[in-house]
Amino acid sequence: MLKNDGIITPEELAPVLPPPARLEKGPVAIIECLQDIPCDPCVSACPTKAIKMKEGITDKPLLDFDACTGCGLCIARCPGLAIFVINMKHTPGMAMVSMSHELLPVPEKGQEVTALDRAGKVLGKVKVVRVINPPAYDRTAVVTVEVPAGQVNNIRAIRV
Amino acid sequence: MSRNTEVFVIGGGPAGLSAAHVAAKLGAKTLLVDDSARVGGQLIKQTHRFFGSSNRDAGIRGITIADKLQQDIKDVAARLTVLENTAAVGFYHNKEAGILSQNAYERVTYQAAIVCTGATENSLTFENNDLPGIYGAGGVQTLMNVHGIRPGQKILMVGSGNIGLIVSYQLIQAGVEVVGLVEGMPTIGGYLVHASKIRRLGVPIHTSHTILKALGTDGVEGAVLCRVDEKFQPVPNTEFEIKCDCICLAVGLTPLIDLFQQAQCRMVHVGELGGLVPLHDSSMRTTNPDIFVAGDASGIEEATTAILAGRIAGARAYEAVHGKSAEADAIVAEAREELRTLRSGSTGERIRWGRERVLKEAGEC
Amino acid sequence: MTSLRIEKHPVLSFPERRTVKFYFEGKEYQGFEGEPIAAALHAAGIKTLRHSPQKNRARGFFCAIGRCSSCIMEVDGQINTMTCITPLKEGMQVKMQKGHGYIKP
Repeated sequence: MLKNDGIITPEELAPVLPPPARLEKGPVAIIECLQDIPCDPCVSACPTKAIKMKEGITDKPLLDFDACTGCGLCIARCPGLAIFVINMKHTPGMAMVSMSHELLPVPEKGQEVTALDRAGKVLGKVKVVRVINPPAYDRTAVVTVEVPAGQVNNIRAIRV
Repeated sequence: MSRNTEVFVIGGGPAGLSAAHVAAKLGAKTLLVDDSARVGGQLIKQTHRFFGSSNRDAGIRGITIADKLQQDIKDVAARLTVLENTAAVGFYHNKEAGILSQNAYERVTYQAAIVCTGATENSLTFENNDLPGIYGAGGVQTLMNVHGIRPGQKILMVGSGNIGLIVSYQLIQAGVEVVGLVEGMPTIGGYLVHASKIRRLGVPIHTSHTILKALGTDGVEGAVLCRVDEKFQPVPNTEFEIKCDCICLAVGLTPLIDLFQQAQCRMVHVGELGGLVPLHDSSMRTTNPDIFVAGDASGIEEATTAILAGRIAGARAYEAVHGKSAEADAIVAEAREELRTLRSGSTGERIRWGRERVLKEAGEC
Repeated sequence: MTSLRIEKHPVLSFPERRTVKFYFEGKEYQGFEGEPIAAALHAAGIKTLRHSPQKNRARGFFCAIGRCSSCIMEVDGQINTMTCITPLKEGMQVKMQKGHGYIKP
């Protein structure tokens, strides 16, 4: 359970996962922020205003999956490093996961890295398909890796 | 040697810097002293992005907020004098205080004082807790993020509040292996997003566990952990050893309140706020009408709330000298509203309870 | 032993500083000018800064901001120097304080 060991269970994750129909359309954000903490940079980061907090900054962020374009601007802005973008629209059997990366070394495109799940367990090797690390991201790189489609909601960290 | 000022701010962390900035901007002649070589308080070590509202620095790294606050006080340099490496050492009668700087002692006469002395790190009782290599979490942050030195190669973190979780991540960023995190409660104390960040990098989080002893003679070589029951008593036959060369204690902070006691301010003990705090009202004024408080000295919380409370104290201290001001009122109203939003929600419950308790004692609710 | 000094960091950059010589218990070491003495010692692998006066237990620093007094040493003849906040200077003589130290009358 998340509050006992820091690992989100599938049941806890379900409410923030987009429906299959949306996943088929292309990249979409998964905001793994399940606690009502006072925090709202994701709301202003989103260019399509897809993230909402109705009551105030302690709301859990609510993502309108259809308004989300999967641009990933929210990934680098989240102080909790809790936002991921997944893209199921890829070569058959494969998908992409974009995540924040604030460690050294920052990987390079084409590099093979080790994929980890939420418990830090090694799931295998994956290829880096994109790295964005502009000054505007203030030293939070966003790394996109190519993963087996079945692991798209398990891979949440990389070891370079 | 003696200095004269209108508003005297003690402590140059986020609370003190904000208080001094507001007081000076409103028009008070202000003096700020800080006993460190550089103002900024704990912010100068905070490499992580802050939470809170985007209207007030959320998403920005603590170190950047420190730069912003330092720039703010430069903007009011005409009315604000800042003395670093200067400690306030006493409050005397007739609105006088003493300050000590490089072995030179001076008296300061003021009309209103704002004390923002922050907090000190707690230690933990366990066998061999005095071994070299056992450091407070703030100490570890200072070593890594200010001086660029790793505290060790393999570190055990004790405490799963936000500080323990955040410093664990910062240790990984600095290239240190965090062999585990120990927490006595059955649930993680800090924000769960912080816990997830370190868990997915492989750091085990041992809830319902405690540290029994540190191993080593000239320095830490390991630790013995064990499980605890609901009464926090060690469960027999659950001990295990973990190898490490450094143990970091992130087991809470206690407000630094010596100056308030010297000034004979009434104190109140509130566990939720970290211990003894000076009794104060919603204008951050203590029972000594010339002395205000802001930041962790008023109760352990965060930098964002310290900044807001500092703004309230700065505005009210200005008014104590120059009389009521609509501008000061507006600053206070805005800060109060922001504090209310930050403290709402289930994660703010403890703090709300603690803060309300103080206001109740002060006769305000 | 891998160096404890951080060469590269994902968020921070550390300024260039001048390397200076100093002496700990008479032996020569190197550190950066201006960094706290306790930090320079720590980087050099020295974590024991003194022994407790009564039970002779090894002690290092704890708070690193001059608050707890765990790091006190004799520096250039001055006892009770809080080494975690005292900047390193070229040629400094740093010694472990014996017991409570001795103040010359």
